[in-house]
Order: sequence, then structure tokens, then C-alpha cells
Amino acid sequence: MNWGSASEFFAMGGYAFYVWGSYGVTALFLALEVVFVILRKRTITQRLGRRIRMRIEVNNEAQT
Amino acid sequence: MSGINWFKYSSPARFYPLAGKLIPYFAALAAVLTVIGLYLGLFVAPTDFKQGEGYRIMFVHVPAAWMSMFIYVVMAIYAGLGLVFNTRLSSLMATALAPTGALFTFLALWTGSLWGKPMWGTWWVWDARLTSELILLFLYIGFMSLKASIDDPRRAARASGLLAIIGVINVPIIYKSVEWWNTLHQGASITFSSGTSMEATMLASLIVMIFAFWMYTIAVVLARVRCEILEAERDTEWVAAELGKSQ
Repeated sequence: MNWGSASEFFAMGGYAFYVWGSYGVTALFLALEVVFVILRKRTITQRLGRRIRMRIEVNNEAQT
Repeated sequence: MSGINWFKYSSPARFYPLAGKLIPYFAALAAVLTVIGLYLGLFVAPTDFKQGEGYRIMFVHVPAAWMSMFIYVVMAIYAGLGLVFNTRLSSLMATALAPTGALFTFLALWTGSLWGKPMWGTWWVWDARLTSELILLFLYIGFMSLKASIDDPRRAARASGLLAIIGVINVPIIYKSVEWWNTLHQGASITFSSGTSMEATMLASLIVMIFAFWMYTIAVVLARVRCEILEAERDTEWVAAELGKSQ
């Protein structure tokens, strides 16, 4: 273990801005990418699902 | 391995459920490896004798840079397969890989900038390594915009696939740039500029983080290719069955 205390850990030997700036932005963007992909999947599923149900209804009405 | 018929999964309809089943495993692997890698990199790996604690940027910078090049090569291979064999899934895979590759390229540049400022005294220099990595970002953006700008999916795949393949020349240039040209960027990360080989726990942290980013990439790209598959195959029976059953 390299660190005497939590504040020493967060100070990163004076490089806090650079180290946490790198880790923070990386974590943020990777998390955002995951959220965007999940939202995209949900949007597509809803949109295509609606289209498909509409088509089925139109077909059913055409048959009756 | 030989027991599996890989061709079976080259059809989007077969690949879609397989990808869905695989995502949780790769996501879990990515999470576990990230925890181990961060623990090793932030708590176990010792302070660098030259760069102090600042060198710990390496544990996100090098995996991001490595993935940015690796994803490009994989993307170009899929694009090439799509061009040669006209397989739909290959082009969709290339499309799904591009945003993640672009993101890692951006992160490599961003973290590199944050590393360059305290170590070199500058956020950015127009040297060979940095400039060629920036060109990689433009190649990803060019690939995505070209694909998006052409309406006919087959023509879009062909044009963007060609761009992806031509751009692959840039990858060895990035990789070798630190040897071919005088650059501020240090050489291969396995040895620091002082010439001493990397300390064992530093190396272990780096390798674990690379694998973590790799597993993350597979998980997120599989999730994205499922979106691409649904959109490309929206008028097929199997998509109707797939999306109809959940309602």
C-alpha cells in the first residue's frame, strides 16, 4: 500500500488534477456510452414494436 | 471450438440472440477486471521514480490508446470481409465498432494531454505520435459520417468499408511513430524512457486494465450491433417475431 491517508491518495503526489482528470473523464465517457447504447436499444425496440403491431392490426382489419 | 459451426452465426438473425446471451458475461468480466486493475494500479503499484504519482495516468491512457488502434484494425477486417463476401453482419459489425473506437481515440488523446502537461509542460505538440493518433480520430469520424451520409445501405457499406481499409495504413504509423521520428512521446510502455523495464505490479496493472477495456469493448459493441441488426432487418419476419413476442 502506497498511501498513508485518504487525503494523500486523493492528492496523488500533486498530480491530482491530471490523474483524476484522466480517470474521471474515462469513467464518465464509458458510462455515457453504455447509457446511450441501452437507450438506443429501448428506442428501437419501442419504435419497431409499434410498427409491427400496427402492421398486424392493419392485416387483421383487412381480413375481417 | 471446432464443434461450433461459425457460419451459422454469420446470419444477423442467428447472431442477434447469441450476442444477447454473451453480453452479460463480457460485461461482468469487464467489471471484475476493472476493479482488479484499478486496485493494482492505484494501491499496489509503487510510485514511479521519475514521474511520481503522475504516471498512474498510464493505466487508462495506454489501454485506451491500445484499444483505439486494435478496434480500427478489427473494424477494417470486418469492413473488408463485408466488401469481399458481401456478408451483411460484417458491415454491421464494422459500423458497431466505430463509435467505441472513436471514443477510445478521444480518451487516448484526452488522457495523453493531461499526462503531457505536467511531464512535458504542454497539453499538445504536433509530433508524429500525437498527430497520427489525431488522424485516427478523423478516420473514425470520416467512416461514421460517410456511412451515415449514403442512404442505400449497400453503397454506404462499400464506400465506408473502402475508407476503413485505406485508413488502416495509419495504424502501423501510429505504432512505429515513436521509433521512426523524433518525438516527445516516450517509447513502448513496457520500458520507460530511462531504459529500466517496468516494475512487475505496474506491468500487471496495465495488462489487467487492457483486458478490462477489451472486455468492455466486446460487451458494448455486441449491444450496439444488436441495434444495428434490428434497424437493418426491421422488415423481416424474425424481427417481427422477436419484437412482437415481448409486447
